[in-house]
Amino acid sequence: MAVHMHGRIGESIKRKEDGRFLRGKGSYLDDFVLPGMLHMAILRSPHAHARIMSVDTSAASAMPGVIAVVTGDLMAQHKLAWMPTLSGDTQAVLATDKVRFQGQEVAAVVAETKYQAEDARDAIVIEYEILPAVTSPDGAKAAGAALVRDEKEGQKDNHIYHWESGDQAKTQAAFAKAHKVVRLHTFYPRCHPAPLETCGCIADVNGATGKATIYMTSQAPHAIRTVFALVTGLPEQQIRIISPDIGGGFGNKVPVYPGYVVATAASLLIGRPVKWVEDRSENLISTGFARDFHMTGDLAVDEKGKMLALRVHLDSDNGAFFSDAQPSKFKAGLFHIVTGSYDIPTAHVTADGYYTNKAPGGVAFRCSFRVTEASYLIERLVTNAAIELGIDQAEFRMSNFIKPEQFPYTSATGWVYDSGDYPKAMDLALQKLGYDDLRKDVEARRKKGEVTGIGIASFTEVVGAGHGADFDILGLRMFDSAELRVHPTGKALLRMGTKSQGQGHETTFAQIVTEELGIPAADVAVEEGDTDTAPYGLGTYASRSTPVAGAATAMVSRKLREKARKIASHLLEAAEEDLEWEAGKFYVKGSPDRAKTIQDIAFAAYTNLPEGMEAGLEGVHYYDPPNMTYPFGTYAVVVDVDKGTGQVKVRRMVAVDDCGVRINPMIVEGQIHGGLTEGFGIAFMELITFDSDGNCIGSNFMDYLLPTAWETPKFELGETTTPSPHHPLGAKGVGESATVGSPAAYVNAVIDALSPYGITNIDMPIGPDKVWAALRSKGVTE
Amino acid sequence: MKVSMNVNGVERGGDVEPRVLLVDFLRTNLRQTGTHIGCDTTSCGACTVLLDGEPVKSCTLLAVQVQGRSITTVEGLAQGANLSPMQAGFHEEHGLQCGFCTPGMMLVGTALLERNPNPTEDEIRWAISGNICRCTGYMNIVKAIQHAAKATRAGASTPAAVGAAAGGE
Repeated sequence: MAVHMHGRIGESIKRKEDGRFLRGKGSYLDDFVLPGMLHMAILRSPHAHARIMSVDTSAASAMPGVIAVVTGDLMAQHKLAWMPTLSGDTQAVLATDKVRFQGQEVAAVVAETKYQAEDARDAIVIEYEILPAVTSPDGAKAAGAALVRDEKEGQKDNHIYHWESGDQAKTQAAFAKAHKVVRLHTFYPRCHPAPLETCGCIADVNGATGKATIYMTSQAPHAIRTVFALVTGLPEQQIRIISPDIGGGFGNKVPVYPGYVVATAASLLIGRPVKWVEDRSENLISTGFARDFHMTGDLAVDEKGKMLALRVHLDSDNGAFFSDAQPSKFKAGLFHIVTGSYDIPTAHVTADGYYTNKAPGGVAFRCSFRVTEASYLIERLVTNAAIELGIDQAEFRMSNFIKPEQFPYTSATGWVYDSGDYPKAMDLALQKLGYDDLRKDVEARRKKGEVTGIGIASFTEVVGAGHGADFDILGLRMFDSAELRVHPTGKALLRMGTKSQGQGHETTFAQIVTEELGIPAADVAVEEGDTDTAPYGLGTYASRSTPVAGAATAMVSRKLREKARKIASHLLEAAEEDLEWEAGKFYVKGSPDRAKTIQDIAFAAYTNLPEGMEAGLEGVHYYDPPNMTYPFGTYAVVVDVDKGTGQVKVRRMVAVDDCGVRINPMIVEGQIHGGLTEGFGIAFMELITFDSDGNCIGSNFMDYLLPTAWETPKFELGETTTPSPHHPLGAKGVGESATVGSPAAYVNAVIDALSPYGITNIDMPIGPDKVWAALRSKGVTE
Repeated sequence: MKVSMNVNGVERGGDVEPRVLLVDFLRTNLRQTGTHIGCDTTSCGACTVLLDGEPVKSCTLLAVQVQGRSITTVEGLAQGANLSPMQAGFHEEHGLQCGFCTPGMMLVGTALLERNPNPTEDEIRWAISGNICRCTGYMNIVKAIQHAAKATRAGASTPAAVGAAAGGE
């Protein structure tokens, strides 16, 4: 009997989740209306650093529709003026003593309508005494710098942490013997994930039962539930977090934000549901930013161009509260993957974090915990070294790559790379680009006075956290989970601890069930995001859903298949060892006609079981990966620069990705397109910056520029497949590769174009103003 | 203030403050939540609707400004169970990920094909350049609109499909 197996691994089936979105029937946070629901608006600090002298809420309280005005003092009475951060620091929920960044939460109004809440918010009067603002790590270190965290016991300066990785002595010795040392100092500026849907919640605390149901734009609902239990003291079984459809996350929706805590407290005190949805400015000025790393890298090479050692120091600008979302043990995230794709015998990495009067919350903006900064630094440094050494940048990379036969490879900072074939991805990228001819073309164009160049980046990512013994968030091991129930009619429900924000989980994870258990993807419903129904998981970020929860899905499917074998043996009256599995059915060896489909078996699981067997066909698996996965690839970019205006035009963008086995290639390519576009935005457009008073510049979409269809280049994709040896399906995860790998490729192309004029660095975002100024400084343009 | 307008072919009305934005009227008063709010500054296009067939950003119009006029939102694109060619194009070409920008993108695409049934890639990119997508990188959105254009042109050659195509806009 033939079984239709639509949707196995490797098939680009259309997405199961599309239907509701195409009809405008997605259920995003702001679409929910609960009976009796109130609306909350937050008053934020206009100053970067100021002492609160007085708070007058009398006028606001008297305004139409106002139910309550919540201040820091009120929160303090309930011991909720401060909350713990994901990095073990504390963060003000509503300010009581000082404001420490522009946009910090100071008070909130709860009213019958959104308009009334905002009207009353504007009627709250706060008197401030303005203090000098600290706006950079250098400023934070300076003698006499204002103390940002004066409320913290024992905090005498603005230093948060010092962190090291690698072997200092061995690295020093290697540098002493180096033929040449190439240095790059570069700033990876503050940018923002800026998902199109902002953050928000609806808190609904039931006064009769005490149950708190919180609808929330969260990428990690279970972890948030546990954090909420710890912050509020509510018993965890009385907290239900529901993450509905999410309009993009990119890391922005991992942390706990003060608005969630205030709305929950307000609902508890008032006894009605409270909705809070931030506007775009609030999102950009107060929620999880990304990067803001000042990095200096030194690469030591011998006379043959072999890399000998890498030394890196970085200063991290963490803002007013150390609330980075990253594994507890790693203060600068996974930055120590900074040796990248290269066989560098020794490395030493040092990092210092600083408080400043800027928004807190360094999140992984579509990168696996600071891998983007690491990848950017090494790929920029390698290109600069190639230029300085007079070696072709592709050749220099090729001769220093970790070789395929060296895997599993232990890096100088202790990472164990699972698998890779870097030359293969590089070869494919160069071939697609027509590199040799293009290089000649570049030379010919330069002779005619054109400014043009080629940039390459050969990134290696580290994704799919845990292993839980090494990777945890606030002690919670970074496993993930899948629960699979097969109904009597052979249809299935898969629930997971992850949470899609557009990545297509409802399709991809159904396909894993199809592959492993033979149930067509169309028959597998995938649910995520409700902590009362889904198994506990750490959520979706750091490209971990396929590496971790995808593995859990495969494992639980295999568990069910083993039970199905026993049932099939009963139905077919054949010994288990005489049965063969073929996608979707068991049959008796040598008699393919004697078969039972998974649907037959599912029905039997409820109707006709072997004596003594538990009924049902369902299970759950918690998967704690043995290692991270290491996707990689080579990206190559061709740019043309207008000498007169400094405008950079991306002429070509070739991206070869190796993310191991691809479950749904269409969805994988969609992820790569999106990441290449965000990388393009970061390289050329996106910037959150501050003036010397700490005023945020980049607080709306007219200042914080996102790429539109008009600027965004067309991408030429390529693929190699090097399976992960430890993942049950060989998959590695891909959501972030393109954001990690592409910024350096774009910038390297610009630097290659400008290198004939002795220009070796321009920090992102590379706007025409910076390029024009650089060319002008070299007398190339007027 | 009393306001009335035709939304997706149905006369709708309400009593609103003059300052109420069209997007809030659609979402809150009429509970048509397919129109989204992304930026409040006319930059992102998540709130795009068609006003008498032309794309406008409903976060920058007052509800009372559209008194007596016709609005098409994403909820008006499908004909019952049948997706419009634009919706089908987005599905077939993987033109959406999180879905938040999708209503605005599809409405702009629909309006574009009304006046230009066979747009070039540059014409499509220019038409959607007032709408931001943070997920897809636009290549598949371009393909989706091309897919819809092709289907609409093919449909227009058979009399039976003309009605369906016109009704679907």
